[in-house]
Amino acid sequence: MAQVSIRRLVKEYEGGVQAVKGIDLEIQDHEFVVLVGPSGCGKSTTLRMIAGLEDISGGEISIGGTVVNDIPPRDRDIAMVFQNYALYPHMTVFDNMAFPLTLRKFSRDEIRRRVEKAAAILDIGQLLDRKPKALSGGQRQRVAMGRAIVRDPKVFLFDEPLSNLDAKLRVQMRTEIKKVHQIVKTTTVYVTHDQVEAMTLADRVVVMNNGIIEQVGPPQELYHRPATRFVAGFIGSPAMNFIPAVLEQASGALNLRLPGDIVLPVPAERSPRYTGHAGRQVLFGIRPEHLTEQRQGRATYADLDITPEVIEPMGMETLVHFHLEGTRDLCARLDPTVPADPGAPIRLTADLANMHLLDPESGRVL
Amino acid sequence: MSSTTAAGAAKSFYGKVGSLRSERRWALWTAYVSLIVAAIVMLAPPFYMLITALKPSSEIADLTGSPWIVRNPTLDNFREILGNPTFIVFFWNSMKVTVCVVVLTMLIAVPAAFALSRMRFWGSHWLATGVFLTYLVPDTLLFIPLYQIVNGLGLLNSTWGLILVYPTLSVPFCTWIMIGYFASIPKELDEAALIDGAGWLQMLWKIFIPVALPGIIAATIFAFTVSWAAFVYPAAFITQPDQMPLTIGVVSQLIRGDTFAWGQLMAGALLAALPPVVVYAFLMDYYVAGLTAGATKG
Repeated sequence: MAQVSIRRLVKEYEGGVQAVKGIDLEIQDHEFVVLVGPSGCGKSTTLRMIAGLEDISGGEISIGGTVVNDIPPRDRDIAMVFQNYALYPHMTVFDNMAFPLTLRKFSRDEIRRRVEKAAAILDIGQLLDRKPKALSGGQRQRVAMGRAIVRDPKVFLFDEPLSNLDAKLRVQMRTEIKKVHQIVKTTTVYVTHDQVEAMTLADRVVVMNNGIIEQVGPPQELYHRPATRFVAGFIGSPAMNFIPAVLEQASGALNLRLPGDIVLPVPAERSPRYTGHAGRQVLFGIRPEHLTEQRQGRATYADLDITPEVIEPMGMETLVHFHLEGTRDLCARLDPTVPADPGAPIRLTADLANMHLLDPESGRVL
Repeated sequence: MSSTTAAGAAKSFYGKVGSLRSERRWALWTAYVSLIVAAIVMLAPPFYMLITALKPSSEIADLTGSPWIVRNPTLDNFREILGNPTFIVFFWNSMKVTVCVVVLTMLIAVPAAFALSRMRFWGSHWLATGVFLTYLVPDTLLFIPLYQIVNGLGLLNSTWGLILVYPTLSVPFCTWIMIGYFASIPKELDEAALIDGAGWLQMLWKIFIPVALPGIIAATIFAFTVSWAAFVYPAAFITQPDQMPLTIGVVSQLIRGDTFAWGQLMAGALLAALPPVVVYAFLMDYYVAGLTAGATKG
């Protein structure tokens, strides 16, 4: 078990394209860290550099206090689970899981003991004699995890392990991975583009974009206190609404003027934070779950009238899509019992206790 | 009005289905006809070999009647050629050369293909192209310089000379087949093996060779065929009957001056064609799988 330190890590490809632009990250012992971001953000490249599958162009990676820049993958004491499982097709499940131990010249008894223990953790004991082609996707992924577990490595690396599975299985395997981590407690770095996976699995989420780290923090912190527009828009589903607005000073209080002459009062406890930005253009950010059917009873509630364009009944909630003057693709989350029809105006309530204001130029949350 | 339109639409829709069916029928007919023509063209020479081998000399020389019919079938030609000790020598020479060439080719081609396709090193791409270009030079051009080399090594008139020379034909092509096959193996497999602790040789031996077995079998068959059927090199390098392989042995020993022992020639040729036929028959599926590897995903 070990911590992983990444310092000023750079990956530059031929032609000067930088996939990773000098990132710093400290991963603690036993921690489950998820790197999340859109395609091409550098998350997989970072993971592959930790694994030793990609050369490091600049900076330093250390595992358990040892700088591993020039250490080959097999000597880094890491195990990796790949998106397409990467099981050896000609070997049985047992042999697949035993392979790393055989190469490391473990005794036959020890190999059997370890494989059986891992198989018990993953509930694949009855599959040990099968070849990978006789397994379902979920079973294959378990075997791939088993092959990682038997090694008892310092660090587990997961490269989008659930992306090849169907939606239902993905949810099931997600729980499985979390359960395994709770048992083995090995330091884990997990890469995914799925923010739900990131939120549900991680102790800390690392949001990456364009080769840099946008924000690092526990899932709740990223959700409630995003640092940038990218993080605010990436974490949470449906995504946060962003509406251009003007922050106005009006008789000791601050108001937000939205398109269509909608005026929302900024809650008193937020005012000191935003006073310096009065009179400026801002971006008003609010999540769909904080934009609901009309409610009363809190000082931070403010109403706005909209006309729904598309209604999406989800069962436990109803998503209402609408636009305001000049701003498209806005979404509200309504109680499913509230009647809503496309084209029929309704009144929504925004809970401004959960609002965010962003600088439209820098994208930073104010 | 609208119902008429709907009926019209339905008609044209089903009309389209009908035309699809007839298109498929035409495609099938064309396929069958061209395949039958091709099969006839391809099978005519071996068939002619067979009927000639089954005819007595007098019938072969007889110009009356259809040459495609055997009137007095006999196995004399086979009996004579199998009773001829030099034919057995030719057969063993061919066998020895072929087995050695196949082993040598595989020992070179498989590791070479693995290195060229998996171990990224400076110039590997150009080397791979170079290997393929080598294959494009025909043996009818190469045999002159190779003659000098074989002669310089004192290996003229020796099957060892052939064992040295044939791989110049088989290695490039087999390497190329294997590069294609290895390229179809997902790169995560070697990455997983690297992380699991395998070195390059272990990766080749424990992962790539077993996984690429169909490709290796295809390459083996190719090397076998090249070596078994080689004609230009043995014709150029071997003049001593006891070192001759079947291909030139049969021709040189059964044609005396302008006398052709056609029956024995054809019987010999048929017997010579037997081992490749047996090899293909047993390994056909692997051969096809090997040649088409990587053509489609998964």
